[in-house]
Amino acid sequence: MAEQNAKPTAKLRKFDTKVQYLKYKVLREVARHAFDDTLVESFNDIAKVIVTGRKPTMRCCIYKERAIIGERIKMATGGDRNNPNVIEVIDIACDECPVGGYIVTDNCRGCIAHRCEDVCKRGAITFDENQKAHIDKEKCVNCGKCAEVCPYSAIANYRRPCERACKIKAISMNEETKAAQIDNSKCISCGACVYQCPFGAIDDKSYILDVIKMIKESDGGKNFRLYAVVAPSISSQFSYAKLGQVITAIKRLGFSSVVEAAWGADMVAYKEAAELVEKGFLTSSCCPAFVSYVQKQFPTLRDNISHNLSPMAEIARYIKENDPTGKIVFIGPCTAKKMEVKLDTVKPYVDSALTFEELQALIDSRDIPIAELEEGVLDNASYYGRIFARCGGLSDAVAEALKEQGAEDFDLKPISCDGIEECRMALLKASKNVLPCNFIEGMACTGGCIGGPGCLTHGPKDKNQVDAYGKQAFEKSITDAISVTGLGNK
Amino acid sequence: MKVYVCVGSSCHLRGSYDIINLMKKNIAERQLEDKVELSAAFCLGKCTDGVSVKFEDEVVCGVNKENFDDIFSEYVLNRLN
Repeated sequence: MAEQNAKPTAKLRKFDTKVQYLKYKVLREVARHAFDDTLVESFNDIAKVIVTGRKPTMRCCIYKERAIIGERIKMATGGDRNNPNVIEVIDIACDECPVGGYIVTDNCRGCIAHRCEDVCKRGAITFDENQKAHIDKEKCVNCGKCAEVCPYSAIANYRRPCERACKIKAISMNEETKAAQIDNSKCISCGACVYQCPFGAIDDKSYILDVIKMIKESDGGKNFRLYAVVAPSISSQFSYAKLGQVITAIKRLGFSSVVEAAWGADMVAYKEAAELVEKGFLTSSCCPAFVSYVQKQFPTLRDNISHNLSPMAEIARYIKENDPTGKIVFIGPCTAKKMEVKLDTVKPYVDSALTFEELQALIDSRDIPIAELEEGVLDNASYYGRIFARCGGLSDAVAEALKEQGAEDFDLKPISCDGIEECRMALLKASKNVLPCNFIEGMACTGGCIGGPGCLTHGPKDKNQVDAYGKQAFEKSITDAISVTGLGNK
Repeated sequence: MKVYVCVGSSCHLRGSYDIINLMKKNIAERQLEDKVELSAAFCLGKCTDGVSVKFEDEVVCGVNKENFDDIFSEYVLNRLN
């Protein structure tokens, strides 16, 4: 492994998909020019650096490919300023996938059972002279019953990957342009569509230019100190280097200090436990997409959202109380955090938010050889603060905080909702007062933050890595971790 | 006077919480709450041995439980007098 680590080549960069890799290349080139102050004059050259040669590899011709790269550069430099949402559709990149709904495929063997016909309440299924089934689109309501009962799985549901990814139904087809469109009144900026679109036609706006500006203005901490607050899910990323080396790389970029968001999670768990005892029923407030979902779709439960800031904002507030001139950049797996930092309650504390994808691009734009660096350290939070990164971690932490506060007689009945669909079910029950729980841990991404769209990797081993990272914590209890912050004084 | 104890990761692992508790204890025992303002600092950029503490504008490195009393006398008590 040591030998492998000694050679940081592009091959070692791990991305789940080539869409992520393409997006990364654009971000890296934009960052490179921004650091060198050559962005304005190089704007048109970036596309040529990424789309080389004469033969198209992604679209119909290299000119369309370059036009789309132009749009990606726009997203990398902040996107459409008139659109308040941080998630945007790149119209010309959308492949306008067919939206056929349920269709009988060639797998239909023309059997004689006709389960599909019997189960269809709308009478939409007929048979041709070869006994093969057909669906009358005028009658079909896309209930999917026929597909469920077909013994040959011969009925498929053709839906756009973006629409399928968006469990809250904020994406639809624009009837005029046929491209995907996002309903901002429903969208919670979770970024599921960004990760799922196979053409990379939906993207999160990037604020790397703001961050590069801060890095330059800080001038290595001479003018003000620049803090990186990193999410605990970082432990499952950057598989080709050690976490300590990534910390050193962040400092090499120009950050004065790297602080764990997990430390803020310790503070939040401690406060949230106390709030829960006081109010009796609470939903978590860590996941900005979940909070946005509750506010948009379940307004009656709005008062039950924990009034605590998120771990990111909580630790940022603590840093700014101690260093009022400092500036803070959050680095995590999350696109919704880019919305959260715009909130009036959070704006004073956090100056910008980056994803791990963007961090990778920034580090590489400066040609920092991560795998060759000495290892820095990152340690303040407890085990409990760190496991916030995966589903179930927050509930464990609140249970621990109750114990540490001597509120063990409080009967904690948590429900950990893994992904926005589970959140919806729990919230639906809670809104009708039939949820047998008193604490909803809501995570919009499946698996928790480790499933976030800004992650470099999304693998089954990520959860174990977060747990292992948690166990390495120097402080074993939440109270120990937060004792210096004025909370939970021993 | 303002006293900042570094709570950055490196100092944290070397016991900055112990130093903060000693600071609090010594300040309370001598009733210096009005005169000494204790804050946290995030990495003073001197990640050497022991904990870094900043007294006004002067950074002192390598503070530990053993040398705490001497340092507290020199940098806090002497200066206040």
